[in-house]
Amino acid sequence: MSAQRGSTGGPQLPNDADLSTASREDLVRLGSSLDGVTIVHRQDPFPVPGTRAEKRTERAVARWFFLAALAGLGFLAAYLFWPFQYAPPGSPGDRHLLYQLYTPIIGVLLGLAVFAVGAGTIGYARNLLPHETAVQERHMGGSSEVDRATVGAILADSGISSGIARRSLIKRAAGIGGLVLGAGLGVFALGGLVRNPWKGGNEAALWVTPWHSANGEPVFLRYDSEHVTLARPEDLAAGSIATVFPYKRSWTEQEAQEAMRASDSPVMLIRLHPEQAARVIQRKGQVSFHYGDFYAYSKICTHLGCPASLYEAQTARLLCPCHQSQFDMLEYAKPIFGPATRALPQLHIDVNDEGYFYAKGDFIEPVGPAFWERRS
Amino acid sequence: MSTPSTPAGSAANSAGLSARAAKAADELDQRFHLASGVRRQINKVFPTHWSFMLGEIALNTFIVLLLSGTYLTLFFDPSMDEVKYNGVYSNLRGIEMSRAYASTLELSFDVRGGLFIRQVHHWAALLFVAAIVAHMFRTFFTGAFRKPRETNWVIGVIIALLAGLEGLTGYSLPDDLLSGTGLRIISAITMSPPIIGTWAHWAIFGGEFPGTLIIPRFFIIHVLLIPGILVALIAVHLGLVWYQKHTQFPGPGRTERNVVGVRILPIFATKATGFALTNIGVICLMAGLFQINPIWNFGPYNPSQVSAASQPDWYVGWLDGSTRLWPAWEIYLGNYMIPASFWPTMVIPAIMFSLAFAYPAIERKLTKDNASHNLLQRPRDVPVRTGLGMMAISFMFILLLSGGNDVIAYTFDISLNATTWAGRIGMLLLPPIAYYVTYRICLGLQRADRSILEHGIETGIIKRLPHGEFIEVHQPLGGVDDHGHPVPLEYQGARVPKRMNQLGSAGSPVPGSIFRPDPAAETTALEQARHESVNGDSTSADGSGRKLAGRPQQPSD
Ligand code: HEM
Ligand code: FES
Repeated sequence: MSAQRGSTGGPQLPNDADLSTASREDLVRLGSSLDGVTIVHRQDPFPVPGTRAEKRTERAVARWFFLAALAGLGFLAAYLFWPFQYAPPGSPGDRHLLYQLYTPIIGVLLGLAVFAVGAGTIGYARNLLPHETAVQERHMGGSSEVDRATVGAILADSGISSGIARRSLIKRAAGIGGLVLGAGLGVFALGGLVRNPWKGGNEAALWVTPWHSANGEPVFLRYDSEHVTLARPEDLAAGSIATVFPYKRSWTEQEAQEAMRASDSPVMLIRLHPEQAARVIQRKGQVSFHYGDFYAYSKICTHLGCPASLYEAQTARLLCPCHQSQFDMLEYAKPIFGPATRALPQLHIDVNDEGYFYAKGDFIEPVGPAFWERRS
Repeated sequence: MSTPSTPAGSAANSAGLSARAAKAADELDQRFHLASGVRRQINKVFPTHWSFMLGEIALNTFIVLLLSGTYLTLFFDPSMDEVKYNGVYSNLRGIEMSRAYASTLELSFDVRGGLFIRQVHHWAALLFVAAIVAHMFRTFFTGAFRKPRETNWVIGVIIALLAGLEGLTGYSLPDDLLSGTGLRIISAITMSPPIIGTWAHWAIFGGEFPGTLIIPRFFIIHVLLIPGILVALIAVHLGLVWYQKHTQFPGPGRTERNVVGVRILPIFATKATGFALTNIGVICLMAGLFQINPIWNFGPYNPSQVSAASQPDWYVGWLDGSTRLWPAWEIYLGNYMIPASFWPTMVIPAIMFSLAFAYPAIERKLTKDNASHNLLQRPRDVPVRTGLGMMAISFMFILLLSGGNDVIAYTFDISLNATTWAGRIGMLLLPPIAYYVTYRICLGLQRADRSILEHGIETGIIKRLPHGEFIEVHQPLGGVDDHGHPVPLEYQGARVPKRMNQLGSAGSPVPGSIFRPDPAAETTALEQARHESVNGDSTSADGSGRKLAGRPQQPSD
């Protein structure tokens, strides 16, 4: 690596007898030069023993270590005896405040302890260790010619003596074997992970949502509450919105819960102000999708899938908080600003004889972020 | 060191100790043949400069991450099983959530010091990436990546990439509302590449978003796969620094063929250890004092909810920004399409990282410089590279700012649309401006250096000449010729003093405590002894002491 004996006219190696009589200084110098190191400057910062300056420096370093001991002790005590259990605000006896102080206190004390050991160590290195300037030779460029030439020869020799250059049958066979094995390993590694996103054909997961009803059973609009509450027109005042989820009466509690937590379920039910509703521009093919002033759109942003949840009733704009796409709810939830490219899919809704909202079918296009196979 | 005043008792004691140590060393050497290897390592000379500590910070924070992360795994449960929370945190009692979220709540509330460790882990993660980035800047702007160190640059870029992924996977683990929102976006990004997008999503998530597989998978990636690769890469990275030896800035006695600095023992190792400890101490202080990621305030993940101003950790912010700025351009190809988000979330980072990987090769090609370099460059001396670097930084910076454009719009009461447009225009306009300005500044600094080397340092002393003209007296750096004119010095790539007290004109303070000076006799005795004790190795040997007072040599390969 570094010691370049010969080249720098390096030191003569002493014999054993010399070694046994050499002083420590001699040995240090010898050891350094063996590694190509010259210590050009080395100075004890306090060559005169017992000066006030030295004692002051010593004390300053020691102070850090004492501080470390003190803080460490404090840390242990706080860690063990300070009440760390959570207490809600307003608990008797300021328990909440005590709880809140636990983390800062142990953090500060531990941090101080560790920092102080470090600062003491640095102080020692800077102010009490001898200052030195050492110079080490670098080994520049590649290896010596001897090494290069011999390695090349040995590699060539083992290649030629193996005769592999002549045996093209073996070479080809080994190539094929290696390739097939490699491909096999690759397939094996990935094989377990691969799932077909298009399983189910027209009912593949990306084409349908829990609003889909294969047997024509009505899918109601429900709120996110512990007990199922179905949405009705009278729930919403003009200009307000609600997030609703699909619900079928045939579902078990488990199924209903899953439908509510599915990423493509959330729907924004909006009741426009009547004067806004008069100005609505509908999308071709969706003119009958609304029920009076009520419009239902997927809440999942068509950009990257965040729930678009900030509704400004004044302008009837829906803002997605993730990257600020804005959708105009007076024009079929078309994106009017930001990175989103497509309108929010609209759900076809109606009200049944019992007065409950229900969906007259799934969304007519995939919900949420775009993907390659999405046609429109 | 000279400590003749040591009491006899402790001297005998330490003699016994060192005899025992010698015996142990002998036993080890008989078995492992260590002596010459150890000598070579502890004799190694390291150059010193503050900027060389940035890499050390990265290493220290990584060690903190390994330790704190391992502690977290003792309590964290990466399971998506639904449970009803029934713990001490009253606000969330009775709410359905995943085990992952519930166990993070337990970590925060029920484990003694658990919240502290979580905060240590998160702060260390932020600092880890920050230190990596700063370290990258240092190696870039000083040309430390040039031959023979290109390999270490490439390893560094991989480490930076993996550090980002490590942070991203970690951020997703607690399954709170914020991390779930992040995961939702990761899911959409996974789905965005043409042709393979949906298949990649199904392979990674095991089906539709979110499913129950992703958090357990991210967990094993976060605690085993990436840390394992990182440990290996960091080991190789440091091994190469050791083996190829550190670069150094030009300066007295420093050449392409040597390293000037301090040896590993005693000074370098002591300082580095001390520095690592202060580093860790600061992380503990931050973790204690500054709350981070209070997941109990966000609630469990729910696809129909989002918290306002959802922001990723800072090192992902530039991608958030590029996503916000990218216009709504979708490309339709018959029955297929390329999602608009594919470009800002996949193509832009791919380009940026590819440029970073390839930079050493690009520069070698453009400059046709194929020599090995061990002396660093000052950024001002390589205006083109410095300008390119600032160009990249300003681009990333605009993206990063745009990642928080809603916060900016809200804080400064500007329209959101205006901030978006400012970002779009800025991302195209600012980089070339940054290049030009940096280039000019570099030239200006070069000129300032040259003029000082030529005329000397401004002393601030104004002199009136006999004919009435006022001139400022300059202190020449290279002495004066027979006519009293300054002898111009050649620029050597090293820092040029700019002010008189950098030449020691202000003298040094009288040593003492704040209350009284040290006795003058002691002070003079110390000064004299220091003067005499300067080790004469260099002058005694082959006159290399003279050479050290000289100037750096040009690369000669
Ligand atoms: C071997 C190393 C590591 C292990 C074993 C580990 C382990 C963990 C575990 C168990 C968690 C979840 C518990 C929690 O969120 O509090 C976590 C969270 C996290 N990890 Fe790591 N981690 C390691 C390294 C890293 C690194 C290198 C980074 C960043 C570059 C990182 C960034 C994060 C982040 C941002 C979180 C979320 C923290 C939070 O909840 O506030 N981790 N890690
Ligand atoms: S996810 Fe809605 S704007 Fe990006």
